[in-house]
Amino acid sequence: MKLDTSGLESTAPLFGANTVLFDGFKDVPSFDVPKTNDFDGFQKEAIQMVKPAKGTTTLAFIFKEGVIVAADSRASMGGYISSQSVKKIIEINPYMLGTMAGGAADCQFWHRNLGIKCRLHELANKRRISVTGASKLLANILYSYRGMGLSVGTMIAGWDETGPGLYYVDSEGGRLKGTRFSVGSGSPYAYGVLDSGYRYDMSVQEAAELARRSIYHATFRDGASGGVASVYYVGPSGWKKLSGDDVGELHYNYYPVLPSTVEQEMTES
Amino acid sequence: MTKQHANWSPYDNNGGTCVAIAGADYCVIAADTRMSTGYNILTRDYSKICKLADKCLMASSGFQADVRALQKQLSARHLIYQHQHNKQMSCPAMAQLLSNTLYYKRFFPYYAFNVLGGLDTEGKGCVYTYDAVGSYERVGYSAQGSGATLITPFLDNQLKSPSPLLLPAKDAVTPLTEDEAVDLVKVVFASATERDIYTVSSCVYRVL
Repeated sequence: MKLDTSGLESTAPLFGANTVLFDGFKDVPSFDVPKTNDFDGFQKEAIQMVKPAKGTTTLAFIFKEGVIVAADSRASMGGYISSQSVKKIIEINPYMLGTMAGGAADCQFWHRNLGIKCRLHELANKRRISVTGASKLLANILYSYRGMGLSVGTMIAGWDETGPGLYYVDSEGGRLKGTRFSVGSGSPYAYGVLDSGYRYDMSVQEAAELARRSIYHATFRDGASGGVASVYYVGPSGWKKLSGDDVGELHYNYYPVLPSTVEQEMTES
Repeated sequence: MTKQHANWSPYDNNGGTCVAIAGADYCVIAADTRMSTGYNILTRDYSKICKLADKCLMASSGFQADVRALQKQLSARHLIYQHQHNKQMSCPAMAQLLSNTLYYKRFFPYYAFNVLGGLDTEGKGCVYTYDAVGSYERVGYSAQGSGATLITPFLDNQLKSPSPLLLPAKDAVTPLTEDEAVDLVKVVFASATERDIYTVSSCVYRVL
């Protein structure tokens, strides 16, 4: 396919273009084009490869006092921000939380469905379901829809008889038990802050501040994350929302604008 | 053997834009009246707004055949609800029903971009915005359809709704009066018409 490169021609005159010094320099810059039949399709595939997976940042970790769950609130459709106020932390029941990453409708629907199943378990067995059990229910449902295009990357956090519990469940059918997770396109940035500041014996306030900072730093560097950073705490008596702060305001809290010295006075003539 | 791609698509986009704004004790819903396919205009006065319940209206843009089927489905479910519970469905309840109805067709979706508006159980205005497969959230204002990307930044600027996720919680509804909100909606459609070929003059509904 012959490309029209006339637009790339430089209009600047080249001095002594014919001298020995300038050998090797061409008048018209050209670039290599991949030798493929379907150039447009190749372009599309290349873009798909670097597309951010699940534009969001969510994180959760277990510490001495319980579980902290935090998330941003931006939803993007390609390059367009469709909402800055999405609830990414879903309240399954008063002592269990789920986070949303991937397809919003998928996460909302299946978390609500999980809440229904947990309630039915309570009624049938006269006791609350464990976090292990709840995450297994969800993972089995998602596994049965494997390959059909659901996109879910969620963390189930809760407090049951064995203490705090945290599981990562995704739409490929994966289910992992752990103490620290972060999911989404902003997760590398969140992990950086979270891993370096984490200690098992933190107070609730310290842990919440760590989570808030991790989300803020992720939204600072990741274009697909932003909005409001929400932080929840799950303790023996259930979950409690600790804070919801706009990340723009957090930026000016952490890095306040200092008045700079005026070096040159601008005088009005 | 290379994969064959379908030559026929069951979907079509009939264009159009819908807007809804929630106030302290009112809700304004508006939708334009043009229905088109590609560059052809099918009709100039088609209403995209449907009254689902006493205090609940839905405006949808996208593929109008799917929208009509969705409206029928919801109206039928509402009738059953009225027989079983002897009362009208509230707007939040209808919002959940719409979300579930959309998600049940997750693998062959309704090509409909909906905005639900009305008064909640306390009489405050509420607007719910949806995507094609049923994810929804309650907001202070919303625009959907072909002119949405033009209208939403303008509404962000004018209505400055604080996020419902903030703690301590701030009210998401606009402090504007009903007449100011209706004027705003008219202005919004006039501007969207300037730059979007699928949007034209509006048909306005009010709920109080």
